[in-house]
Amino acid sequence: MNTLNLSISKTLLMARLKQSVIAAAGVTFGIAMFITLVSFMTGLNKMLDSLILNRTPHIRLYNAINPNADQPVNRSAEFKNALNIVRSIKPSDSRTEIYNSTAIIQSLKSDSRVVAVAPKVASQVFYNIGVIDLNGLVNGIDVSQEMKYFSFADYIIKGDAYDLNRISNSVILGKGVADKMMSQVGDVIHVTSAKGDQLSLKVVGIFQLGLATVDDVQSYASLETTQKLLGKPKSYYTDIQVKLTNIDDAPAVAKEYALRYRTDAEDVQTANAQFESGTKVRNIITYAVSITLLIVAGFGIYNILNMMIYEKMDAIAILKATGFSSSDVKNIFINLSMIIGFIGGVAGLLTGMLLTMLIDQIPFKTAALPAISTYPINYDFTYYIIGALFAMATTYIAGYFPAKKAARIDPVVIIRGK
Amino acid sequence: MSDIILETRSINKYFHDPVKFQVLNDINFSIKKGEFVSITGKSGCGKSTLLYILSTMDTDYEGELFIDGESMTKLPHNGLAKVRNEKIGFVFQFHYLLPEFTVLQNVMLPALKLGKFEPAAIEERAMSLLKRLDIHDQARKGANRLSGGQKQRVAIARALINDPVLIMGDEPTGNLDSKNSKIVFEIFKELVAEKKQSLLIVTHDEDFARTTDRNIVMDDGRMVK
Ligand SMILES: Nc1ncnc2c1ncn2[C@@H]1O[C@H](COP(=O)(O)OP(=O)(O)OP(=O)(O)O)[C@@H](O)[C@H]1O
Ligand SMILES: [Mg+2]
Repeated sequence: MNTLNLSISKTLLMARLKQSVIAAAGVTFGIAMFITLVSFMTGLNKMLDSLILNRTPHIRLYNAINPNADQPVNRSAEFKNALNIVRSIKPSDSRTEIYNSTAIIQSLKSDSRVVAVAPKVASQVFYNIGVIDLNGLVNGIDVSQEMKYFSFADYIIKGDAYDLNRISNSVILGKGVADKMMSQVGDVIHVTSAKGDQLSLKVVGIFQLGLATVDDVQSYASLETTQKLLGKPKSYYTDIQVKLTNIDDAPAVAKEYALRYRTDAEDVQTANAQFESGTKVRNIITYAVSITLLIVAGFGIYNILNMMIYEKMDAIAILKATGFSSSDVKNIFINLSMIIGFIGGVAGLLTGMLLTMLIDQIPFKTAALPAISTYPINYDFTYYIIGALFAMATTYIAGYFPAKKAARIDPVVIIRGK
Repeated sequence: MSDIILETRSINKYFHDPVKFQVLNDINFSIKKGEFVSITGKSGCGKSTLLYILSTMDTDYEGELFIDGESMTKLPHNGLAKVRNEKIGFVFQFHYLLPEFTVLQNVMLPALKLGKFEPAAIEERAMSLLKRLDIHDQARKGANRLSGGQKQRVAIARALINDPVLIMGDEPTGNLDSKNSKIVFEIFKELVAEKKQSLLIVTHDEDFARTTDRNIVMDDGRMVK
C-alpha cells in the first residue's frame, strides 16, 4: 500500500518533470547558499582566531614580579587587625624564575588534559644598532615543541627555525627588528643583556606574526642561547607554556595549576580578554546570518512546494473520489515533497561544497598570516548535517500543511471549484 | 441483511454563496439491490449535487445517508474513502482522469488501492473492461491524450474495476455517440442482471430513462416522481 503511494508520488513528479526540477532547484539553491556562506564565514572566523591562538599557550605558568606578601608591618602585633598599606621590602629580581621547573614539567606531561608542554626563557635585551640601543625581548624556546604545537613554522618568512638548534648563538628576528637593524639572514647582530653583557648573535631567520608590537620588539633564540645571555643555568625557565586538549578548560585548569605549582598561571581567555569578546561577537554574527539564511531558504522552499501541491489539487480530488483516504493523500504529497527535498538537498550540499572549494582557490594574501594564501574555508561536516536535516524538515513541513488541508476537505469542493 | 443498498432520510442541502438557497429539499428515497434507477430533471435542479452527497464525496448536508445498511453521516473521512473505494463506482459529469497516468493506470488505481487482487490480475481485469468499452487500443496512452468520449469510457471502466455494489453516473453517456451509449447501457444492464449491482444514473436521455427499473424526476431540489 505504501509502495502504491510512493509510485503514485513518483509518477506525479515525473509527469511534470520541469516543475519538479525547478522545485528541487529551489531547495538546492537555499542549501548551497547556506553551506557556502557558513563555511566561508566560519573559515574567516577561524583564521582570525588562529591569528592569536596559534602562538598563545592555553596556560602560561610564570612568576609575576609582585611585592613580597610578607611585609614587616604585618608582623607587628599593634597592626594585626589593620589594613596594612606600608610596604618596605621590594620585589627581588630572581623571582621570575620558576622553581623546581624540571619537576613541574614532568608532572604536567603526565596530566591527561595536557597535549604539550614547552618551557621558555624570556630575556630583556638591547639590540645595538650603531650608537642606538633598541629595547627588545629575546624568547628562548624549545624549537621542536614550538614547531609542533604552536605553528611556529607558519610565521617564519625567511630562514629555517631548526637552525636555532644547529647553530650556537643564533637568533630569529622579528620582521620589524630586522628592518630597523637592516639585517638579513646570515648577518651577525649585537645585543646587550639586561645585566650589561654583550653577545653576538647570528641571524638565521626572520619571523612575522603580523602584530607590530611583537614583530618590532621580539626575537627568538634557543633555550641555551638565552640562558647563556642571562648567565643562568640550564634549568632556568621563566615560563612554562601548556597546550590543553580542550581550550575551554583553560581557566579552571590554570587555577588548579597556580595552587599546585605555586606559580602564577594565566589562561588564554584572561590573557586575551578583548580578543575573546571579538570572537564572541563574530560568532553571534555568524549565527544570526546562518539563521537568517536558513529562514529565507526555508520560505523559498516552502513557497515553491506549496504552489506545486496546490497545482495538484485535481489529482487529490480524483484520488479521494476513487477511494484513497486522507492519510494516503497526505502520504503521497509528503513523499512528493520529501523526494524533492532529498534530491534538491543532496544537490545543494554538493553545490555548496563545490562553491566553497572554488572560494578556497581564490588567492588571499595577508601579512598577518603568512601561512594562508587563499580564502579560508571551514569544511565542517556539522554544517552539512544541519543543511541536510533542514532541507528534509522544511520540505516535510511544506508538503505536510497543504496536504493535510487538502486531505481534510470533501473531494467535491475541489471538483466543483474547477 | 435487508435488500436496500442506499437510503436517505430527509436530506436537505443549502448553498450559502452568494445568498443562502436550498438546492435539495427533503430527499427521501431508497435503492434496492440490483435495481437500476435513473434520475432526470432540468438543468440546475440539483441532480449533480444530490449524486455527490449520495456518493459520500460531499458531507456538508442535513439529514442522514445509509449505504449497505451503514450510516455514512457520522463516518470520518478515512471511513468514507474506504466505502467509496469498495462499494461505490462513480462516473462524473465531466470525466476526471489523472492526466499524469496512462489510461490503464487510471483504471487500475482504485483496485490497487483496494489491494484485493495481485497487480497482474488487476491489469488483466482492467484490460478486459477497456476492451468491452472498445478503447483497449488506447490503454498505454496518457490519459490527457484522449477525446472526450474516450475519456468518459475510461472513467466508466474505472468505476467498474472494483465490482462496486453501487454505481453512480452523472450523465455518463453525455459525450458518447449513439453506438457507444448503447454499449454502455448494455453493460449497465448486464451488471444489474448478473451481479446484482445497483445503478443510479442521471441522464437527459428520456428514452433511456424509460427502459430503467425506475425513473425519478427532480424539479427545483425535490423529487417529484
Ligand atoms: N458551489 C456552488 N455554490 C453555489 N451554488 C451552486 C454551487 N454548485 C451548484 N450550485 C447551484 O446549485 C444548483 C444545482 O446544481 P447542480 O449542479 O446540482 O445541477 P444539475 O441538476 O446537475 O444541472 P445539470 O443538469 O446542468 O448538470 C444550480 O442552481 C447551481 O447553480
Ligand atoms: Mg449536473
